[in-house]
Amino acid sequence: MAQPAARVHDLCKTYRIHERPPGLAAAVRSVFHRQYKDLEAVRGLSFSVEPGERIGFLGPNGAGKTTTLKILAGLLHPTSGEVRVSGFVPQRREAAFLKSITLVMGQKQQLLWDLPPAETFALNRALYGVPEREFAATMAELEELLGIAEVARKPTRQLSLGERMKCELAAALLHRPQVLFLDEPTIGLDVSMQLAVREFIRRYNERSGATVLLTSHYMDDVASLCRRVVVIDQGRLRYDGDLAELVRSLRPDKRVSLRLTGAPDREALERAGTVVELEAGRALLQVKQERLREAVGFLLGLASVSDLTVEDPPLEEVMRELFAPTDGAAAAPTVAEPA
Amino acid sequence: MSFAAALERSARAYPALLRIGFAEAVAYRAEMLVWMLTATMPLVSLALWSAVAEAAPVGRFTQTRFTAYFLATLVVRQVTGSWLVWEMNTEIRSGTLSRRLLKPVHPLVTYSAENLSALPLRAALALPLAILTLVVVEPGALPSSPLRLGVFLVALLGAWLINFLTMATIGTLAFFLESSTAVFEIWLVAFMLLSGYLVPLELFPPWLRQAATALPFRYTLAFPVEVLTGMIDTRGMLHDLAVQWAFVAGSGALALLGWRAGLRRFAAYGG
Repeated sequence: MAQPAARVHDLCKTYRIHERPPGLAAAVRSVFHRQYKDLEAVRGLSFSVEPGERIGFLGPNGAGKTTTLKILAGLLHPTSGEVRVSGFVPQRREAAFLKSITLVMGQKQQLLWDLPPAETFALNRALYGVPEREFAATMAELEELLGIAEVARKPTRQLSLGERMKCELAAALLHRPQVLFLDEPTIGLDVSMQLAVREFIRRYNERSGATVLLTSHYMDDVASLCRRVVVIDQGRLRYDGDLAELVRSLRPDKRVSLRLTGAPDREALERAGTVVELEAGRALLQVKQERLREAVGFLLGLASVSDLTVEDPPLEEVMRELFAPTDGAAAAPTVAEPA
Repeated sequence: MSFAAALERSARAYPALLRIGFAEAVAYRAEMLVWMLTATMPLVSLALWSAVAEAAPVGRFTQTRFTAYFLATLVVRQVTGSWLVWEMNTEIRSGTLSRRLLKPVHPLVTYSAENLSALPLRAALALPLAILTLVVVEPGALPSSPLRLGVFLVALLGAWLINFLTMATIGTLAFFLESSTAVFEIWLVAFMLLSGYLVPLELFPPWLRQAATALPFRYTLAFPVEVLTGMIDTRGMLHDLAVQWAFVAGSGALALLGWRAGLRRFAAYGG
């Protein structure tokens, strides 16, 4: 059996933070007596990723997602635990390891600001030692997938955010890495550009068989790219498994969206499920999974219903529920056991 | 084996690094010009010492020799200076160092290429002026023997390396301290006094001159200047070249140690 693309066992990362209250007196005191606080960013994380898999990291801000990605990319030394990526120990930063991975961090760019992206591509070619012919072939492929042939010759500072992001992706991929760490790759982009980047990541993964580890605040990114998710909260693993399964375990109800022709009849609709929204022309119902078949049959029998769609609740809503502050463990939402 | 492979990889990438560094230096040429003008302190020293030497020479320094010395100082400083500590301080604190760390070539190699690629522009401005003046003022001042010229060029490289590697070592302090630039300021003051930048070292009292000979500062400036202006004999020149390169090796080892220790503490905030 092939070795995992990434394997993490009991990973911990603690940052030592210098703390100082505001004010002059505190500033003077801190010269002689510095106070530190330990911040546990990652606490005992374990998971494994198979080659070619696309997995999403979910969690609120400060959950430890980015720290985990940075450890996997060899930027940070773990405090304890074991990490392997393509068989390498990341923090040793061996050249063969660095050539096999890439890390894209949202709007943190590697493009040279005052020069055209083509210069950054040439620089990366030299740094990664990509042979000329392979470079030309990869560039042609990336230019086709991303549509950047024109923009690569304009100075980076004159490009739009979307154009820059596409060039960032090209710069990050032209050495054909086998493991992609993508930290918020669509942040700040408009909807159509998000869609384009998402589509590109999918096609790149399918064409090259590269492994993709993704974090994003846009749930659509995760929902459309990753079947499997790793949910991290306060540095701990809360869930590792199928995304659809997670949604089902948290929100077993389905959403039934209706298009109505006649006057809405709330009483009739409530016989099928809980009415979440009701206005002229449309209605939204929440229906228990086990009653779905019966409810759909009933709703289609109503004269005022012209169209009906069944869908899962939006992932944003599920995540909000998952990470909602609770008064203690007893009140915590039920979460599926980690796989 | 892996060290040899790393060297080979760096050597292959170096021409591209230099070319792109040069393109960036050209893009920032106005800033560079202003920055270069701030390094013209030797001209102030020249004016002062010329006035002093007007009536009688100071030691073996005549007015003409002062001119040769300080113009050579200006040129050597322009082409061997390194301000890497500022860049490292910013990149370590902001986390943008991450971008370099992800590349399979050591960051000190990419930093060095960026530093060196600005050299042609700096030299293009400083050299013609200095050579012209030297020729006009003291035609015999330029090195006539190939050995002296060769030693001068190697000493120039050594001076740059000590500067660059020391800046890299001080730069790695940013991994441990809130800011490494305060340490740099201390280094800069010592450099001004002990490198021969403001006062030729042979005008110092003997004990201070001896101290300067034992410290690295002289080898970053006064030594190549003395070779260029013929103020040091062949034997002394070769001896000091060996000492200079011992300092190069020492500062290189320190920079690598600091780098290795620092990376363990790197927090990559924000970057």
